[in-house]
Amino acid sequence: MTDLSINFAGIKAPNPFWLASAPPTNSGYQIMKAFEAGWGGAVWKTLGVPVVNVSSRYGGLNYRDTRMSGFTNIELITDRTLADNLREMEEVKKYFPNHAVIASLMVESRREWQQIIKDVENAGADGIELNFGCPHGMCERGMGSAVGQEPTVLKTIVEWVMEAATVPVITKLTPNISDIEDPGLAAVQGGTNAISLINTIKSIIGIDLDTFSPLPAVDGKGTNGGYCGPAVKPIALNMVRQLAQHPEIAGTPISGIGGIETWRDAVEYILLGCTSVQVCTAVMHYGFGIVREMESGLRQFMEDRGFQTIYDFAGKALPNVLEWKDLNLKHKVVASINADKCIGCQLCYIACEDGAHQAIALPQNGQSRVPEIIDENCVGCNLCSLVCPVEACITMEKRDNGKEQLTWDELVAADAAPVTFNDPRAGGNGHFVPEPTQALKKHAS
Amino acid sequence: MAEYKRPQSEQEFDQNFKQKKPLMNQTEAYMESSRCLFCYDAPCVQACPTHIDIPLFIKQIHTGNAEGAARTIYDMNWMGNACGKVCPTQVLCEGACVFNHQHVKPIEIGRLQNYATNKVMEAGKSLFHSGSPKGKKVAIIGAGPAGISCACELSVLGYSVTIFEAKDKPSGLTVYGTAPYKITNEEALTEMEYLQKQLSFKINYSSPVSNADDLQKLEAEFDAIFLGVGNGPTAALHLPGEDFENVIGAVEFVETLRIQKHRVQVPDRIVVIGGGNTAMDAASESARMGASQVYLAYRRSKEQMGAYWFEYDLAVSAGVKSIFNASPLEILGKDKATGVRFIKTTQENGRIKEVPGSEFVLECDLVIKATGQAKMAEFLTQIKGLELDKSNRILVHPETFQTGNPKYFAGGDAVNGGAEVVNGAFEGKQAARGIHQYLLPHSSYDSKS
Ligand SMILES: Cc1cc2nc3c(=O)[nH]c(=O)nc-3n(C[C@H](O)[C@H](O)[C@H](O)COP(=O)(O)OP(=O)(O)OC[C@H]3O[C@@H](n4cnc5c(N)ncnc54)[C@H](O)[C@@H]3O)c2cc1C
Ligand SMILES: Cc1cc2nc3c(=O)[nH]c(=O)nc-3n(C[C@H](O)[C@H](O)[C@H](O)COP(=O)(O)O)c2cc1C
Ligand code: SF4
Ligand code: SF4
Ligand code: SF4
Repeated sequence: MTDLSINFAGIKAPNPFWLASAPPTNSGYQIMKAFEAGWGGAVWKTLGVPVVNVSSRYGGLNYRDTRMSGFTNIELITDRTLADNLREMEEVKKYFPNHAVIASLMVESRREWQQIIKDVENAGADGIELNFGCPHGMCERGMGSAVGQEPTVLKTIVEWVMEAATVPVITKLTPNISDIEDPGLAAVQGGTNAISLINTIKSIIGIDLDTFSPLPAVDGKGTNGGYCGPAVKPIALNMVRQLAQHPEIAGTPISGIGGIETWRDAVEYILLGCTSVQVCTAVMHYGFGIVREMESGLRQFMEDRGFQTIYDFAGKALPNVLEWKDLNLKHKVVASINADKCIGCQLCYIACEDGAHQAIALPQNGQSRVPEIIDENCVGCNLCSLVCPVEACITMEKRDNGKEQLTWDELVAADAAPVTFNDPRAGGNGHFVPEPTQALKKHAS
Repeated sequence: MAEYKRPQSEQEFDQNFKQKKPLMNQTEAYMESSRCLFCYDAPCVQACPTHIDIPLFIKQIHTGNAEGAARTIYDMNWMGNACGKVCPTQVLCEGACVFNHQHVKPIEIGRLQNYATNKVMEAGKSLFHSGSPKGKKVAIIGAGPAGISCACELSVLGYSVTIFEAKDKPSGLTVYGTAPYKITNEEALTEMEYLQKQLSFKINYSSPVSNADDLQKLEAEFDAIFLGVGNGPTAALHLPGEDFENVIGAVEFVETLRIQKHRVQVPDRIVVIGGGNTAMDAASESARMGASQVYLAYRRSKEQMGAYWFEYDLAVSAGVKSIFNASPLEILGKDKATGVRFIKTTQENGRIKEVPGSEFVLECDLVIKATGQAKMAEFLTQIKGLELDKSNRILVHPETFQTGNPKYFAGGDAVNGGAEVVNGAFEGKQAARGIHQYLLPHSSYDSKS
């Protein structure tokens, strides 16, 4: 029987799908609704000294007809009193004793930290998340990402928290840092029970072309905001992977956050070592109901592969993430076009011709519009298969014998790697470059 | 099958002739434009007779630059809005769209085109202006798509242009001929006004050029003459009974309908003879006017009809019934037609053979002949040196559209025998460039700026 339940650093939940600390977890009303809809846990909107917010607050990055492929906000932590939040937290726990309610916190002094921890524990919180991530507003007051970017300060605060906390503590990291391993390590050294990441990325999502104001605009002005949503997933996945592979951090439970909208996104995070995932933007876009698709997809994925719990496949992708120097230089693929599927848009042609390796030729017979791959020029870069609008029309065919293995280090050791500027051993598979003047003979594109 | 009530008011007429390609709103245009793949050397562009850069104008629409999109369209086609509405896009741009190969709905290019052109027309935005005067005068006969396009292009190039038009409205068969559910009179005429406001060409309405004298006067006054006269009235069938007053030509029927709208009273039973697009239009329109029984009768098989399949489908969906392989022998009646006597046909090596003893009568109250338009041979043969082919089409140079008489150029239906608005638009524009080359051989084409 497939079992989606988790025990995340001691925090139990019926499934790994949690709401991230953000507007969807502003109130007990929303969290109750979310639990009813199927969410396994919720990280309460960050508590602390309540703030005053501006309007407007959000901006979206649209791509073609896709709205909010990226999302930004200039909101701060909760703008509601602590007493109201605590009363509602207690209420939620009364109705949902088996769901995970995690209190996200952001305060300044050791006294404040230890006080608020007692408060939320008394209200029934199953865990605590330390918000060291908010990249705007709070950091200017020495909180949020100001802490997250300073590993020694971060470690000290985690230590204060660990002195007081009796429930598990999750440290939430900011991605606005050059190496995520530094704050990750500091959190572990401070004694954190778990890590969550990423918070939002410092950004300007756009400029109004009429008013010249950054977006979102507050009375014609704007500020840098926190970027999130589908567009940030690749950045988050890599940061998760870095921590999960780090010898001193590996083993600390990780809650993955950033651009999760479907079960597929969630599975990717789990494969890189996460054992819970958190969602904000997708819920702000579509509401709590999206968890039904996530739950059913995850369940199907696990049933199809015979996984009983998510721990059966958590981290399974990690051994496959290597450093570049350890990749096999003998592996070779070449693009192949399925003429029956091709619709003749010739996007592959122009992409390879202008943007890659001049390895695709237009048909010469005037009838067909199906381009042809020039095998000997193809370096196997993938570009054409990425631009092709038809599913599985361009495939990358394996051309090596599968037996040979050669890494960069081995190449260097064998003295076969280029070492001087004009070394004739430069290049890789199918290294063809036409003469510059041939450009003038091809008709303008 | 749809049942249409006889329209009693302009409103009811518009309802029965509801636009097949309604104007897109901003969201629709945004969503549809987002689907375009921006193909390389796009097949849709190749399929457009005027070679509008379709992916470019679609991208311009998508990025909120409708004005740039309209410019891209008008740069290649002076009938940009009319074409979006009346072009048989299923066999042109949209028929070539790569999505067809994937069984995905092709991009609605025509409607996107209209979205852009309407934006600039609504805003009264001038995109073009007449070129600096070249001191040369050109006369154009006919203010149809070919004549108008030629006039616009010549104006931009700096020529003084006067159009002589027999009727009292511009745009030729766009307003007098195409089906009312494709484009409204207002839409056709608004585009003409829009062009006239920007460019300096003159149109003299109700000014037919009728005879050798008229032609001589033009030759004396103008440096070149463009013939955009289109085709003539419906050709005769040479059948007994053809002269009855309730036996009419399709082109004339459509023209009356476009001008009189709901004031046209069609009788109950109508027979339309023919198998081309005009026959389909006339039958569709008869049904939409509330005739209870409309028959299409064609002497060959369904597959051999000249009409596009979608025009036939449209007629059928309006309630039109069809009879194939039946040749008309005689129109019956005493002082009015009361029916048509047909004989069944078969074919041998493509030649029609009547089947003896297979005669039958279709009773009716109106016969519409959609058997092609007569050519303008009588008028055209008065022009010295002009050459006509066997079908009385004017012979022209394939690029310059110059005729056998070097002073005369020609384009549109009079040259192609009867095609589409878009062909007229293309040929008129090309001819203008031919005229430019003829009158000022050393200047460049590129005077638009
Ligand atoms: C019933 C019907 C339906 C059609 N439907 C469509 C359609 O849906 N889509 C499409 O793209 N095309 C359609 N067409 C075809 C299209 O209308 C023509 O191809 C196009 O209008 C041809 O343009 P033109 O300028 O050559 O001629 P015309 O449009 O015929 O214009 C010729 C002009 O010249 C004037 N003229 C003629 N002789 C003289 C003279 N001696 N002196 C002064 N003026 C003169 C005429 O009054 C007329 O205004 C249809 C045609 C018909 C008959
Ligand atoms: C409007 C908004 C407010 C947020 N507020 C908080 C917050 O108070 N505390 C916090 O830890 N993260 C906050 N975040 C960050 C999210 O919890 C999450 O880390 C980030 O949005 C990435 O996830 P996503 O791509 O699913 O949106 C906020 C995000 C948004 C969009
Ligand atoms: S894989 Fe890269 S190099 Fe090869 S044909 Fe495709 S785009 Fe060109
Ligand atoms: S991109 Fe794909 S569909 Fe388009 S021409 Fe290339 S192979 Fe064909
Ligand atoms: S063929 Fe279709 S998808 Fe391609 S450019 Fe033309 S309209 Fe766009």
